[in-house]
Amino acid sequence: MNLAVREGLLSFRRAPTLSALSVTTIAFSLFAFGLFGLVALNLRQALDQVGDRVEIRGFIAEGTAPEATSVALEDIQQFPEVAGVTLVTQAQALERARRELGEFEDVFEPGLLPASIEVRLREGARSPEAVKAVATRLAAYDFIDDIRYGEEWVAKLYRLRTIATAVGLALGLTFALVSMIIIGSTIRMAVLARAKEIQIMRLVGATDGFIRAPFLIEGFVKGVLGGLVALALTGATFLAIGRFVIQASFFGPLLALTGLAAGGALGVLASAVAVGRHLREVR
Amino acid sequence: MIRFTRVAKTYASGVPAIEDVTFHLTRGEFAFLTGPSGAGKSTVLKLSYVEERPSSGEVRLLGQSSVLLTPRKVPTLRRRLGIVFQDFRLLPDRTAAENVAFALEVTGASAATIAPKVLRVLDKVGLQAKADARPHELSGGEQQRVAIARALVNDPLLILADEPTGNLDERSTRGVFELLQQINAGGTTVLMATHDMQLVRSSGLRTLEMQRGRLVFDSGAGRAGTPAAVTEDVG
Ligand SMILES: Nc1ncnc2c1ncn2[C@@H]1O[C@H](COP(=O)(O)OP(=O)(O)OP(=O)(O)O)[C@@H](O)[C@H]1O
Ligand SMILES: [Mg+2]
Repeated sequence: MNLAVREGLLSFRRAPTLSALSVTTIAFSLFAFGLFGLVALNLRQALDQVGDRVEIRGFIAEGTAPEATSVALEDIQQFPEVAGVTLVTQAQALERARRELGEFEDVFEPGLLPASIEVRLREGARSPEAVKAVATRLAAYDFIDDIRYGEEWVAKLYRLRTIATAVGLALGLTFALVSMIIIGSTIRMAVLARAKEIQIMRLVGATDGFIRAPFLIEGFVKGVLGGLVALALTGATFLAIGRFVIQASFFGPLLALTGLAAGGALGVLASAVAVGRHLREVR
Repeated sequence: MIRFTRVAKTYASGVPAIEDVTFHLTRGEFAFLTGPSGAGKSTVLKLSYVEERPSSGEVRLLGQSSVLLTPRKVPTLRRRLGIVFQDFRLLPDRTAAENVAFALEVTGASAATIAPKVLRVLDKVGLQAKADARPHELSGGEQQRVAIARALVNDPLLILADEPTGNLDERSTRGVFELLQQINAGGTTVLMATHDMQLVRSSGLRTLEMQRGRLVFDSGAGRAGTPAAVTEDVG
């Protein structure tokens, strides 16, 4: 085996406690990051689903002439924000209510439910402002009695998404920094424990790159191991919570690999900083 | 081989360690560097193996000038040197053979080329039988021989020894000194710092004497300086 790889792996046998500590801290940092990522991922998916359903419903006054509504339908279809318009007649409304709420079949009499126009919005035109703008234009038709759209609901979800993204970024960066500091100091301890060896290596003509390599490998392996543990922890938590939450989803293979790579990168970077500092200090 | 030209070195503390040091060692010479504690012997050696850089003046080593030497070139230069210390600087968790092999491993040498070289130098310092002993199982003199074997394994042009006998009794001192002389007889230049004035005088070899950072005496100054010539003149 390559000398640098051998030396890098040997650190686990030389200092098992310290190595376990590094792996654990990376694992917990990435775990926290992973949990948060899972929340963000599911929130995002929920938003996308809700987004598909964002629609505006305008109720049509009794006795409106069918020609008036069909002209309006064509008009509305031309709005840039609009993906599609559907007319729901009184009969269709009744039919749908009966289908969806079968047990209350008897409650619905013909003519009880009004006819309505359903407007679905394009992706990108589903922000609270866009929804409101379309709703206002819809309300301008005088045969429209009433307008319904989830104004509060939409606004809240969007705010949640913005907050989630901001908090996610802040937490992610903080965790990354914290785990780098922890890996960095454990590697630094490993470097100091081998200061004599490093000094001798330099005296016999080892290059800095050669001295650095085992530590970088050590950092990389620790980072990836930490990433694996974090992934397992996140997966376990996900399964445990999955019993209570419906339709949650887990990271795909690409995101999981990205997490491992992030662990490795954190490890390498922290090691590089720690060893670099030592090599500069002792020259 | 090694040439100091008006070299001064002031450490970060601000106190000048050496000032205006000029000397020249030619290929194949053996020279002692003597002087009281704090005179600047170790500083001269550190400047020679480029652990330190001169504050002013120039150190020329194996054809390289300290003025032009980039940090990148230092490792290659050190592979042409053998450095020996008073405290041996062996790795305690490695055997004698492994300690010697270490100097080859870090240069990226292959395992196949390392083993025979290690055996050859351990044989040269008379320690082939102790190849598998760890430093704590060896006497001081034996540990220093391992350190010398490690210094020799890269076939150095120059050996720099900073009080290599400082921790040894009289018998081991003689042994180590004779070993260095034997290596010198093979063509390797040796510069050895020492406090042992008896050793210096009885050897009759070239002597550079330092005092308070200055070179106050050089028994070989201005001479062509083959070992034989120096021995003849001084002895
Ligand atoms: N790294 C350093 N930082 C600051 N001052 C130093 C450093 N190394 C040596 N000195 C100072 O430089 C002067 C010369 O030290 P040096 O070690 O060269 O002496 P020496 O002749 O080797 O002494 P000794 O015989 O005790 O080993 C001393 O005054 C010492 O205190
Ligand atoms: Mg000294």
